[in-house]
Amino acid sequence: MKLELRGITKRFGAVLANDHLDITIPSGTIHAIVGENGAGKSTAMRIAYGFYTADSGEILVNGQARDIRAPRDAIALGIGMVHQHFMLVRPMTVTENIVLGAEPGSAWSLDLRKAAASIRALSEEFKLAVDPDAVVEDLSVGQQQRVELLKALYRRAELLILDEPTAVLTPQEVEEFFAILRRMRGQGKTVIIITHKLSEVLAISDDVTVMRDGRVVGNLRTSETNAAELARLMVGRDVLLRVEKRPAKAGATVLSVRGLSIAGRDGGRRLDNVSFGVCAGEIVGVAGVEGNGQTELIEALAGLLPESQVSGAISFGGRDIRQLSARRRREAGIAHVPEDRHRRGLLLEFSLSENVILGVHYRAPAVSGLGSVLLDEPAIQRRAELVIREFDVRPPNASLPARALSGGNQQKLIIGREFELPPALLLISQPTRGVDIGAIEFIHRKIVALRDAGCAVLLVSAELEEVTALADRLLVLHNGRVAGEVDPVRATHEQIGLLMTGGHL
Amino acid sequence: MKVLRDLFFPLIAVACAFLVGALIVLLVGDSPVETYRLLLGSAFSWPDGIGYTLFFATPLIFTGLAVAVALRGGLLNIGAEGQLYVAAFATAWTGITFANLPAVLLVPLCCIAGLGGGAMWAAIPGILKARFGSHEVINTIMLNFVAVALVGYLTQYHYRMPGDPIMETGLIGAGAHIPRLGAFIPGLPARIPLNAAFLLALLSCWLVYVLLWKTKWGYEIRATGQNPAAAEYGGVSIRKEVVLTMAISGALAGMVGINEVLGYRYRYYDGFSDNYGFTGIAVALLGRNHPFGVIVAALLFAVLQRGGVPVDAFTQLVSKDIVLILQALVILFVAAEAAFRKGGRGKGEGGSRGKGEGERGKGEGERGKSGKI
Repeated sequence: MKLELRGITKRFGAVLANDHLDITIPSGTIHAIVGENGAGKSTAMRIAYGFYTADSGEILVNGQARDIRAPRDAIALGIGMVHQHFMLVRPMTVTENIVLGAEPGSAWSLDLRKAAASIRALSEEFKLAVDPDAVVEDLSVGQQQRVELLKALYRRAELLILDEPTAVLTPQEVEEFFAILRRMRGQGKTVIIITHKLSEVLAISDDVTVMRDGRVVGNLRTSETNAAELARLMVGRDVLLRVEKRPAKAGATVLSVRGLSIAGRDGGRRLDNVSFGVCAGEIVGVAGVEGNGQTELIEALAGLLPESQVSGAISFGGRDIRQLSARRRREAGIAHVPEDRHRRGLLLEFSLSENVILGVHYRAPAVSGLGSVLLDEPAIQRRAELVIREFDVRPPNASLPARALSGGNQQKLIIGREFELPPALLLISQPTRGVDIGAIEFIHRKIVALRDAGCAVLLVSAELEEVTALADRLLVLHNGRVAGEVDPVRATHEQIGLLMTGGHL
Repeated sequence: MKVLRDLFFPLIAVACAFLVGALIVLLVGDSPVETYRLLLGSAFSWPDGIGYTLFFATPLIFTGLAVAVALRGGLLNIGAEGQLYVAAFATAWTGITFANLPAVLLVPLCCIAGLGGGAMWAAIPGILKARFGSHEVINTIMLNFVAVALVGYLTQYHYRMPGDPIMETGLIGAGAHIPRLGAFIPGLPARIPLNAAFLLALLSCWLVYVLLWKTKWGYEIRATGQNPAAAEYGGVSIRKEVVLTMAISGALAGMVGINEVLGYRYRYYDGFSDNYGFTGIAVALLGRNHPFGVIVAALLFAVLQRGGVPVDAFTQLVSKDIVLILQALVILFVAAEAAFRKGGRGKGEGGSRGKGEGERGKGEGERGKSGKI
């Protein structure tokens, strides 16, 4: 199916989200749409899927102008969309989820058997390996995504729009997923993939459209471009894709972990007898497929897990800190940038200045007067302005609620807050998840600068490129154990990937 | 600007409630103009109307504040009714037991007993939540029944004056009386029970405002209410905050006893509360959980309460139930507005956020929409 957007314009209040977009997607191709957060790529695709209607412009399907006013119009035309956040009913089976909204049978009876059979056939045709009778909540994230694909295919989609489909997948799952997309292309389907990961664009797409500030700034053939050019188009300036750093000058051991084990709430082991150390002035990276104990490791070190779940020795600066609360650990100089900034890192409804004192709100300079009870608003304001200036938080307005910032700016605010402690040990998890390329570069430079100032850094990231680029030493976690320690410069991604999935070098 | 916007929607909600109320009066077959004249006119007459309206508003300010503080801390305290009964009884008990103390000692002692009683009663569901994770809504509701039964029992079997046919205790010592405002304001007769507790209510609003927004303790309460996981990350003990917030909430509800016992009846009178604890939820809701909003909302509800009697007496067909209907309508429209805000947020804010945030804001709007369906 050939899809054309012509002169599509969409305005949200004062923001011009899409400004006269012209995008042509030929039939039977995989087409990537890239751009930073807020560039307007999702808006354009939601217009194509009927979630929004354009203020002006037209949509052509196979050369004919079509009026798409709601998702059901798009579905009727053969357009399907898989959202970044899955829209599945977790306690229901795959079949029940897929037929939802288009239930087979009459009003009085529901014929699921026939539906299950055709879902099974579809699954086999595209080698999706999804059992129609499985319950969705028992499936892995990758499988759930394939259920979403099946949902679109079951409704006879000829063109699939995928919004950031790889954000939730492990490197292995990404490979499988790309193989599925290629099979779909082979069957004549058209695929649009929205992403901001350049390596994936280059790996999977035939053509690529680059968007910036609501406009199309480039329509390229993937084979004729490269990552640097795409990044420059996306950001509007040259971007350093590599991290520049000198060899680490490691000092004394700051953090020492011996035989650390963590029990989950369900009694299972999240971390099993893990030992390692982090020295001043070095970055120790932790690689691993998500859910292999990284989250628990960081939370245990930050003092956020109940003591009963943690066993083993944690010493910081030569002193046992297992008994210390999160507050005392921060006072001792342990900063923590959490993996999920919305859940842990920010008070979204609070202003930037209120967020900047989280964790140090009870002591000087945040409080003064009446025996250190009253918040010292001018001092808090000054600290907020300092963080905003030093960490380039935009818009630079300390009274805005944190919710009003983009993901990258929220992350810069958290990093600024933690770096201003100042820390002797930084625990930093997924530092650039959902962050624009320009901000990624900035954050990486700041982390290296902190290391060079003598801070010990423990870095967890699901992005292999990120940990290998930043870390001076790299631990690989698998199933709660350290599967190996590698030199991030010498080891190949294949070798690390092997350790991540339980293999041996 | 922000203040105006915050005022705008509650005002619309109140206006809508009165409009629908007028339709109901019309349907019943009476004159809305006449009904509203009686309803509102009596509240603003001097001295009785204003005096009684402020007197009625006093307990609502306390309970509204109690609910608002708890909500700021992420807790829904439906137990203000029970807390104020326990507190009022504790206040009266202190006033009776230490009846011979001089006023400078007895008044503060009675107040402390009331605050302590309310705080203690509210801390129970707080502790249950902190230790066992049991939900405060269930426990506060249940403790309402326990509280009413407990103070009823104590009144009936231990503190009722012999031969008194009414469920009430004996009188508190004269030293525990707090002055009626008629003593200071010319033209306000002393028979009107408006007393110093009203000033205490206004002072409490200011203190709660300072506590919540100007101190580190308030920061921790609000942070816990807004995002407990983030507060925990910031070194706040969630368990401690839950108990503390409930205790503060209960103490505020308990101050109703000061108005009732020390300023009005000078004894504990069983069943005195006209659902103050529950109306407090509506007051907090209409007042947007802000101490100053609570004052305005409490005054509105007091006006309605005061106006019900003349409506009952002087209209042909409308009974004072119109007050309940109006209160319910106000709550309904305030709630509708909250839902409206949630649904409209994506689009409304997408515009004001600036470029960087356009896409995500819209995504939220969508989820809001699908959530409603």
